[in-house]
Amino acid sequence: MRHIISILMENEAGALSRVSGLFSARGYNIESLTVAPTDDPTLSRLTVVTRGSNEIVEQIIKQLNKLIDVVKLMDLTEHAHIEREMMMIKVQVGSMESKEEVKRLSDIFRGNIIDVTPSTYTIEMTGNGKKLDAFIAALEDHPIIEVVRSGAMGIARGEKALHL
Amino acid sequence: MELTGAEIFTHCLKEEGVDLIFGYPGGAVLHIYDALYQQQDVSHILVRHEQGAVHAAEGYAKSTGKTGVVLVTSGPGATNAVTGIADAYMDSVPMVVFTGQVPTSLIGNDAFQEVDTIGITRPCVKHNFLVKDVSELAETIKKAFYVAASGRPGPVVVDIPKDVTAARAEFKYPKKVKMRSYNPTVKGHPGQVKKALELILSAERPMIYSGGGVLTSGASKQLTDFTRLLGAPITNTLMGLGSFPASDKQFVGMLGMHGTYEANMGMHHCDVLIAIGARFDDRVTGNVEKFCPSARIVHIDIDPASISKNVQVDVPIVGDVGSVLKEMIKGLKESGKKLNQTALKAWWKQVDEWRSEDCLKFDRESKLIKPQYVVETLHKITKGDAFVTSDVGQHQMFTAQFYGFNKPYRWINSGGLGTMGFGLPSAMGAQLANPDSTVACVTGESSIQMCIQELGTCRQYGLPIKILNLNNGYMGMVRQWQEFFYQGRYAMSYMESLPDFVALAESYGHVGMRIEKPEDVEGAIKEALKMKDRLVFMDFITDPEENVYPMIPAGAGQNEMILV
Repeated sequence: MRHIISILMENEAGALSRVSGLFSARGYNIESLTVAPTDDPTLSRLTVVTRGSNEIVEQIIKQLNKLIDVVKLMDLTEHAHIEREMMMIKVQVGSMESKEEVKRLSDIFRGNIIDVTPSTYTIEMTGNGKKLDAFIAALEDHPIIEVVRSGAMGIARGEKALHL
Repeated sequence: MELTGAEIFTHCLKEEGVDLIFGYPGGAVLHIYDALYQQQDVSHILVRHEQGAVHAAEGYAKSTGKTGVVLVTSGPGATNAVTGIADAYMDSVPMVVFTGQVPTSLIGNDAFQEVDTIGITRPCVKHNFLVKDVSELAETIKKAFYVAASGRPGPVVVDIPKDVTAARAEFKYPKKVKMRSYNPTVKGHPGQVKKALELILSAERPMIYSGGGVLTSGASKQLTDFTRLLGAPITNTLMGLGSFPASDKQFVGMLGMHGTYEANMGMHHCDVLIAIGARFDDRVTGNVEKFCPSARIVHIDIDPASISKNVQVDVPIVGDVGSVLKEMIKGLKESGKKLNQTALKAWWKQVDEWRSEDCLKFDRESKLIKPQYVVETLHKITKGDAFVTSDVGQHQMFTAQFYGFNKPYRWINSGGLGTMGFGLPSAMGAQLANPDSTVACVTGESSIQMCIQELGTCRQYGLPIKILNLNNGYMGMVRQWQEFFYQGRYAMSYMESLPDFVALAESYGHVGMRIEKPEDVEGAIKEALKMKDRLVFMDFITDPEENVYPMIPAGAGQNEMILV
């Protein structure tokens, strides 16, 4: 099963490699991993998406908790939560038709065109992973020049929160 | 008071009550060595190789319960220490390893003797720190000692760049340390303790399986009290030997791959298993699919990640073994309840039947020296009271099986990592920590050569260790596996050109003896033990083809042992 684990860590050099090193050393799978400091600059928040049986995910959580720099963590998939991922995608739009088509598709998917040249559009889009996949699929005949995705981030719904 | 980083270092060690450290100097730590030179509170033992320093610190830590301290230089100093650090990590030994580092301005420049020590050691330490500013040094050292010794102990590396040791800062040693991200659980959850007692009291065929965690927790007394109160059979892991007296009739020996028949059969047939400070290692469980098929399991451990890692348990209790056992003893006494005595009697009858198999028997009429006989004789002469270290292989298993440890902290070996070369340096640490006690190192001719250079250290500090080299000419355990599983193709398990160990020992200024006949074994050990102030290297020429029995082959269940 797919799990989204949110981690609050001491914002120190090497903290990220402690997490990624743990996953590789123990043979756990990482689907995506994102990290950035929080409003409290001494803390970083990581979101790891992983897959595994319940036993494996339980072990992953225990091993993460065992890392000295991990302050607190939460398996978001155990609670109602919101998941988002951001994508920037550069598409070749040579003709007028393709410009219009790509613009229309982007609107349908609630994307924003954030950069334009005579032959390319760069679109910014946010959603869960499946929506972003669907947009890529919908582009079909329009040649994709490059894609950059942030990996998933998540937050619990309602009062529930991961904070100190 | 403003001090240099190097002076802060020595002051911190003093504040931590460190009297002895093990190390080897080099460029990056010269300021520190200069500061050590100018003070008297901390003594330094100069080893011959950094691996020896770490193992010595392990021997010191395992025989005292105190934190071992190591100081090595950057680059090769640090990489040489890694084997020992990994060893300490696997066996949960409290240790702080200080590594020198190139100056901060050179980090990342492929400088002379530079290595990414933090990166290299990350997977085999409990935690590590790079000190980038002298103002952080004292607090970091305080944290390092706290993390190393609390919770499930382990090695902590503190990497100190050379310029940090020269820079000056105001010295103030923090009295206390608090880390929001690290707060190990000590007290077991009362609800879980209650549940565990209910399950235990429902047992008809109970079995206690305890490990090194009991020693780490200092809970041998609680374990002994609990076991006697309950009346159940108890087995120890390799790491747990000595936590319960081996001569007690409730003790059924070590379990696992080379455990006794009665211990492994007891595990296989029990209906309630009480695991205490043990981690269900693969050398214990054999095939996990076949492990304790009819047992419900209680597991007490301070490390939540050890619980249900290899084997799913029914009642987990996270907490310090000593504290939890105290609660359980109290609970048992207060309830006045006991195990079903009729069932327990029948269970003991069964266990004793297994015991009568005498699975540790060996040929006592042999004209060759049997390794088991040497260990048994060592036990007899030292009355089971010596500190005994070992290397890794057949001799290690024979020592575990035949020494019969009655006291805690006497058995010092490399259990998790299985590091050949561990025996001699760890004996140095044990001897330095226990100068008036007998320290014996049971080893083999292959293992001893992995850290034999430490004979020089023993000479320098006058360490009267008694080395019992069980010399069968083979890497015995490798040879045994090749005999059993590779049709006797002894690939690279025989070493030609062994040194003359007697002459070797003598060249270092020690006493050497060669013993070739069984009838000379007892006399030789007695003679060696009489030489109270000398290191004696006893080279026993043993039966080259003796095997360790019983044995659970890889992938088999605990009831599928090969007996003699």
